[in-house]
Amino acid sequence: MRQVLTATGFMGLDSDLSLWASVNQSVPAESTAANDSESPDQRRAAWMAAAQAGDRRAYEKVLADSIALIRAAARRQGVTPDQLDDVVQETLITVDRVRHTYDPTRSYDAWLSAIASRRAIDALRSRGRRGSREVHDEFALDRHPDVDDASAATESEQRARRLRAAIAELPPGQREAVEQLGLRERSLSETAELTGRNTGALKVNLHRALKALRERFHGEL
Amino acid sequence: MPDQRSHEALIDQLGSGLVPVRRLLPPWLRTVAWLLVVATCAVLLLMHFGVSGMLRRWDAAPDLAWAGIGAVITTICAAWAAFALSVPGQRASWAWLPLPGALLWIGASGLGCLQFLFEPGTHITSLHQSSDCLVFIISFSIPLSALLIVLLRRAYPLRPMLTAVMVGLASAAASASLLEICHAYDAAATDLLTHALAVTLVVVANTVMGGRLLSRA
Repeated sequence: MRQVLTATGFMGLDSDLSLWASVNQSVPAESTAANDSESPDQRRAAWMAAAQAGDRRAYEKVLADSIALIRAAARRQGVTPDQLDDVVQETLITVDRVRHTYDPTRSYDAWLSAIASRRAIDALRSRGRRGSREVHDEFALDRHPDVDDASAATESEQRARRLRAAIAELPPGQREAVEQLGLRERSLSETAELTGRNTGALKVNLHRALKALRERFHGEL
Repeated sequence: MPDQRSHEALIDQLGSGLVPVRRLLPPWLRTVAWLLVVATCAVLLLMHFGVSGMLRRWDAAPDLAWAGIGAVITTICAAWAAFALSVPGQRASWAWLPLPGALLWIGASGLGCLQFLFEPGTHITSLHQSSDCLVFIISFSIPLSALLIVLLRRAYPLRPMLTAVMVGLASAAASASLLEICHAYDAAATDLLTHALAVTLVVVANTVMGGRLLSRA
């Protein structure tokens, strides 16, 4: 079976030991078949183990089954109802990226809840940061630089140019998502119709593009 | 705002891009892999400096041997804790694992200093000799920390700072353990202070830089 890694980095030591470990690691049966005596956690663990081996049906089942758990974990962290769906989506994307870290001999629910809690905290922090940047209109007007201020205008132009160049360097799918959803402010359904991609793919691409841009500029823009 | 249908669309999208993945090895096995590199360094140093000098020093100052044992235990426990903390769902209490070893390491080293007060004949390290220790610990800690961080980036540390502290402690303790092989004198106050300074520098540097590197893992 083809083995693929989801993370980059030094693999030498891992590779040398993986063969030995695969013989010695005891894992539940990698099957989508649910056993009546299994608890929901064990059932999800078995599905995820099968998903790690490439079973798409098991993967879709475990992700769908995870939504309620993610919502519960997010609510425990104090996430408001209007943010819950965003946390669910962020967590599902993270689960996809780090699914190789799940050990089927351990609880799937504990693994998922830890990731969901982290994403929930990130969402709360992000909202907090946005809140602190937003100011009252009068105050904003007061502090807004003069439109005739040449240096401010030049600086703003340079920033826009750098941002445009960075967007142009993104992979095609991500660039398309930023251009249509972010810059032209088209709706998801309009963009999906225009590009022929489904809304889920567009969201993943937009999320990845924004992450890449954030990492590139480190809050510079 | 995303709704149930968009969750389904996302799941469908993630499912369509699914490929098999190689599972992360258990933390203990990843710890063993890293310790093998440390052990290789130890063997090379022993081949160069020999065992007899180290055994003679330990015979003359048993607290030095206990400090060495404490440093080795700290190395193993801190590395294990770092690998355990890098897996989602593991308890933060793993961070307490290196504590007993660290107490033995610090306690035995401190005892060596106290003995010096009662045995005035003990050789006192000069600042120059002590700075050699500082350079040794930092020089070995850099590659050992880098290797740990690279291995940890394959996982997903949800507590990057705490994991980075463990990385710093593991690599500093490993370097101090290796120093035992070629350390030419007992632990006097200047020496102990230098070791403490080196370990602190390594832990702080890891917390600052390693934390950032691990948070992007």
